[in-house]
Amino acid sequence: MGRRRLSETTHESTGVVLCLVEYDDDGVIDSSLRAISFARSLGSSSNTPLVAATVGAVSPSILTALQTFGVDEAIELVIEGVDTYAPLAWARSLEQLSQSLATRAIVAAGTDRGNEVMAYLGAATGLPMVANCLRASWSDATTIALSRQRWAGSLIEDAVFDGVPALLTVAFDGVAAEPASTPAPTKVRDFHFSPSEDDLGVKVAEWIGRGGGVALADARVVVGGGRGVGSEEGFGPLDELAGLLGAAVGVSRAVTSAGWRPHAQQVGQTGTRISPDLYLACGISGATQHLAGCRSAKRVVTINTDPDAPFLSRADYAVVGDVAVIIPALVEAIKARKSGRAGPA
Amino acid sequence: MVRVLVCVKRVAMVGARIVLTADETEVDVRQLGFTISPHEECAVEEAVRIVEQRGGVVTVLTLGPIEAADQLRDAASIGANELVHLVTDGKEWDPSATADAIVDALRRHEDLNGPYDLILFGNEAADTGDYQVGVRVAFALGRPCVNGVKNLVVGEETVVAKREFRGGDELYELALPSVVGVKEGINLPRYPSLPGRVRAKKMAIEETPLEGHRGPVKLERLRVPSEPRERAEIIGHGVDAVEALVDLFEQWGVVA
Ligand SMILES: Cc1cc2nc3c(=O)[nH]c(=O)nc-3n(C[C@H](O)[C@H](O)[C@H](O)COP(=O)(O)OP(=O)(O)OC[C@H]3O[C@@H](n4cnc5c(N)ncnc54)[C@H](O)[C@@H]3O)c2cc1C
Ligand SMILES: Nc1ncnc2c1ncn2[C@@H]1O[C@H](COP(=O)(O)O)[C@@H](O)[C@H]1O
Repeated sequence: MGRRRLSETTHESTGVVLCLVEYDDDGVIDSSLRAISFARSLGSSSNTPLVAATVGAVSPSILTALQTFGVDEAIELVIEGVDTYAPLAWARSLEQLSQSLATRAIVAAGTDRGNEVMAYLGAATGLPMVANCLRASWSDATTIALSRQRWAGSLIEDAVFDGVPALLTVAFDGVAAEPASTPAPTKVRDFHFSPSEDDLGVKVAEWIGRGGGVALADARVVVGGGRGVGSEEGFGPLDELAGLLGAAVGVSRAVTSAGWRPHAQQVGQTGTRISPDLYLACGISGATQHLAGCRSAKRVVTINTDPDAPFLSRADYAVVGDVAVIIPALVEAIKARKSGRAGPA
Repeated sequence: MVRVLVCVKRVAMVGARIVLTADETEVDVRQLGFTISPHEECAVEEAVRIVEQRGGVVTVLTLGPIEAADQLRDAASIGANELVHLVTDGKEWDPSATADAIVDALRRHEDLNGPYDLILFGNEAADTGDYQVGVRVAFALGRPCVNGVKNLVVGEETVVAKREFRGGDELYELALPSVVGVKEGINLPRYPSLPGRVRAKKMAIEETPLEGHRGPVKLERLRVPSEPRERAEIIGHGVDAVEALVDLFEQWGVVA
């Protein structure tokens, strides 16, 4: 089919680390930059070149990122007859490409798509797939020593693993996006793949945008509320505070389970992962599954009546007291400062 | 009439800090309760709703220790009709072997009773988070599968599934029979009723014992990660702390 064994391929003897790279209109997505950094570090443990694969064309901005992150070769996967996401077709194209490169490891970001494509690749090849990796290095030609997250990062597993190629996805948090010490002169070529009808059994039929509001995942400030807010009505002052700060509201699972707030606002292992500059967590105890969603917040302030609540061991600052009293007072204080600064006429 | 099968996993309800066994290879669960992970609770609820609308049967399957019967009964208490237990010795099974065992059981059932129209999984298991058992099962059966689904409409020939993608929804249309991995938020699971619990207690469970096995990933040790933050600095108590808090907000540029 579309497979080409290119004679200029120079990696046959040593093999390569292959990294699936996702991008959007702004270029390579952050999770993929982390995945590339992880893949480069794995490759450098045995001097293995790093090859990046994108489905579709490598734009100038993507190429710059790949150079900066030390990618030796970029491959544009051309999947004939499809221009949308189709997980099995993507996996099959990676499978064929990897055969032509003597690939020792295939890495993807731990995104919905990254995990799904790698799961399909594992299923199609019968190879094991290890998700949520934090670190990996070869201890000999076939054995990888790795660390990976469990419980959404509340626990870390150290393990050893045999299998070539190794299929690995990279944890959402815990791996930094680090440019290479020197940029690479990334070569670009394409690789064509013609999917069968079966390979196209699943594909995106349509994308529907949703407007409005500060998106929780991207918010710079998040005002969080837990069971301690007390009721649906109790969220009134939190909403007002969020409005004043240009913040998004985030909640605990206790709140969504009670039906006080929609699940789209849930922060945590089974909700949204946030990484704001400030997370103000009110009346939330700080269960591991909640903390899993806010580990990458820059600053955390928590308000709780209980000075021994676990969140106080995971925050920068705390106020001990009743949310129902403190938040309305905070709203008034902020309004007063704002109008004070506007100055008397 | 629709036949829906849901795969659920028994997981510990870990609290604020995870405690490990002395040899650091397992979570110390002696003080812990157990549950079906949240994505899968929603998958069970979704299956029950589909069958309430269309008529049919909800079968719930788990692979796990003998105690995992509790999680099957939890599913039955909110409306599952048939319970299937692949009984292990309690040691961890890797996702590939788990998928193989589920496929074997499914084939056995489908040979007898015809295909399941829809097989539901959670997006990922709460403990190991492997993101793959559902995809592996689907691939082995030659059925389409999409993960991360937060909205599902089952038609006669197809299902339409939505998942979030970059501030919007991706829409997939899969031919039935198919496999879907569900995310929490697709619905709000009901609480079991008292009669539901009583019925669940009496329900038969089909048990199949499984041999132990070893996976390709050899666990060396588990550890609790060091956290970026330790004890918080207490700004103050009650409303007296508010002015100091606004000072901090100003300092951080949060109050413009
Ligand atoms: C597999 C799994 C996945 C999960 N995923 C998530 C997830 O994604 N997100 C999530 O949040 N949870 C998740 N959970 C649930 C999690 O374990 C906790 O049950 C949940 O986070 C508790 O929510 P909470 O802190 O609001 O409630 P609680 O634990 O009940 O805490 C309420 C807190 O409010 C304080 N309080 C009470 N009254 C006041 C007051 N007037 N003023 C100030 N403080 C007050 C209390 O001291 C207490 O600390 C998950 C659980 C499991 C098993
Ligand atoms: N032991 C198990 N028994 C039944 N279903 C399981 C088991 N392990 C995983 N699953 C199902 O597969 C999904 C994905 O699991 P995983 O690939 O391990 O993240 C889970 O949400 C469950 O629906």
